[in-house]
Amino acid sequence: MSVRLTTLFEKKKSNILSVYFTAGYPEINDTLKIVKNLDAAGVDFIEIGMPFSDPLADGPVIQESSQKAIQNGMTINLLFEQLTDLRKQTQIPVVLMGYLNPVMQYGEEAFLSKCAEVGIDGLILPDLPMEIYNQDWKVLTKKFDISNIFLITPQSSEERIKAIDNASNGFVYVVSSNSITGTNKKFDRQAEYYNSIKQMNLKNPTLIGFGIHDSETFKEACQYSNGVIVGTAFIKHISKQGICKDSISSFVVQLKG
Amino acid sequence: MNTFSPTKEGFYGEFGGAFVPEMLYPNVLELQNRYREIIETDAFQKEFSELLRDYVGRPTPLFYSKNLSKEHGAHIYLKREDLNHTGAHKINNTIGQILVAKKLNKKRIIAETGAGQHGVATATACALMGLECVIYMGAVDIERQKPNVDRMKLLGAEVVSATSGSKTLKDATNEAIRAWINNPVDTHYIIGSVVGPHPYPDMVAMFQSVISEEIKLQLKEKTGSENPDYVIACLGGGSNAIGAFYHFIDNNKTKPIAVEAGGEGVYSGKTAATIALGKKGIIHGSKTYLIQTEDGQIVEPHSISAGLDYPGIGPVHAYLNDTKKATVVSVTDEEALEAAHELSQKDGIIPALESAHALAYLKKMTFKKEDVVVINLSGRGDKDLATYQKHLKL
Ligand SMILES: Cc1ncc(COP(=O)(O)O)c(C=O)c1O
Repeated sequence: MSVRLTTLFEKKKSNILSVYFTAGYPEINDTLKIVKNLDAAGVDFIEIGMPFSDPLADGPVIQESSQKAIQNGMTINLLFEQLTDLRKQTQIPVVLMGYLNPVMQYGEEAFLSKCAEVGIDGLILPDLPMEIYNQDWKVLTKKFDISNIFLITPQSSEERIKAIDNASNGFVYVVSSNSITGTNKKFDRQAEYYNSIKQMNLKNPTLIGFGIHDSETFKEACQYSNGVIVGTAFIKHISKQGICKDSISSFVVQLKG
Repeated sequence: MNTFSPTKEGFYGEFGGAFVPEMLYPNVLELQNRYREIIETDAFQKEFSELLRDYVGRPTPLFYSKNLSKEHGAHIYLKREDLNHTGAHKINNTIGQILVAKKLNKKRIIAETGAGQHGVATATACALMGLECVIYMGAVDIERQKPNVDRMKLLGAEVVSATSGSKTLKDATNEAIRAWINNPVDTHYIIGSVVGPHPYPDMVAMFQSVISEEIKLQLKEKTGSENPDYVIACLGGGSNAIGAFYHFIDNNKTKPIAVEAGGEGVYSGKTAATIALGKKGIIHGSKTYLIQTEDGQIVEPHSISAGLDYPGIGPVHAYLNDTKKATVVSVTDEEALEAAHELSQKDGIIPALESAHALAYLKKMTFKKEDVVVINLSGRGDKDLATYQKHLKL
């Protein structure tokens, strides 16, 4: 695991807040500005989405932001270019999230090498199955010291959760309910599910994501895990209020309650 | 058995697999663990073949077209999948999958559809078995295949419009997969072609393989030899094509030819010719060829035929192409329209626009006069009347 992520999880055991946004949205050159403003607002780490034309695990809000970002001209190449100076500006941990196909076209090893070069700490590829990761990716992620993060869901068996915990180095992403992103009609309070994960005493920290959108859902999730991941609610917020420092800090303040 | 079954993990060579988000892992795993065991029981086979016979109307005829034979200087047979109940080969698969869904105690069925044929076939199977049915269909396809939308509704299905992306088959498939993620426990997703994560490509191929099983028997009876020289089918995702090829692959005589939708021309930018343009990648949970930009965004395809308007192909076809066990070619929108017009007027059969792609390829071939050619006529053209009216100036 990268020093930045290790340090974070050593220092902070609860109420960790991670925010997701799509690279290239709302404007093509917003990436670093959003990173800096989230850092200034006191977020603990950041997930940058690499937009994909067909994001299967995402709801309409992230789909639309991805489509707009692609129209704006965002590519993995450009994203890496924008992140060249990332580590001169901030030490906040940054994780890239995206789908396998664009990464495959970039080339797995070239991609991981570039991640290491610009100072990316981890990777979330929802459609990279653990079996393929173990077979084709594990050695490479080790080589470049990039954490790979897997998802678990209310449907995951105990055996599967343990296997995923074993394959993970970073944290385990606990999906709150059976859903795609942005299902915040209601935040499923699945106490039983969360408790059972808690009792499994996983070796990795756990963060709950999908559907967290206000201070109530934030607090609820933090009772059962080391923290949360917020995506759709943030995209919605910047769509309306913009990405300036004040806008982003007021989002974070409200969320933390 | 055949030499192109996938591995336990669902790979045909390097193609296939199950690249699904963890949310779908339990569903896909359940299917992977159980599909063969369910399908291979005698009870399942009995129920499946009885329904194919008594409900679907199989075997479908193998028709010797004197007119086409004369025109092309070979012996040309049409496998009449258009005469199936609901008018296309799609129902072979939906009957099979709904029986699997029942064995898995699923209460609800979802499906994607392009031309609407798979949607109608799914809605039909659901009506028969008393299961709830939701069909995802691209907004563009809802427009151009209106009669099928009305049929689905009459059959009791809910039709949900997919409004993202190109608003066609790819996007309907995205929406169906998202709907499955949202309802993983009680819902079975009936994929309509040999696409998607393992075990779908293999399962759908097994159900469609009845097409070539019948062709073999019928040809033997008509010609004394069970293997044709050519078997030609249109290729969208590839279910009718694999069904028609299944029992002929590796026989050393039969050359399987799959015809993709060239749209306005392979290099026009408005095409669905995946093998011609595609690069390896992941689409809908499967590694295969797909039409994409340099940085891996999936390109919105174009075909006049909704059922072929898809930027990928089933992994088995990527494999058959790369190992030269099948040949993949394409014809344009215009060539397909012309072939549909000709078959209507010469043989009195109005083919689906999809199937017309297979017919259109005849003109590009040269035959020896003793060659035996089977065209898989995958569906009938009633659903395409509006398109025929517009383009053929009737
Ligand atoms: C009549 C007909 N043929 C062919 C297809 C294409 O599908 P596949 O390539 O899976 O056979 C469709 C799809 O809608 C169809 O309706």
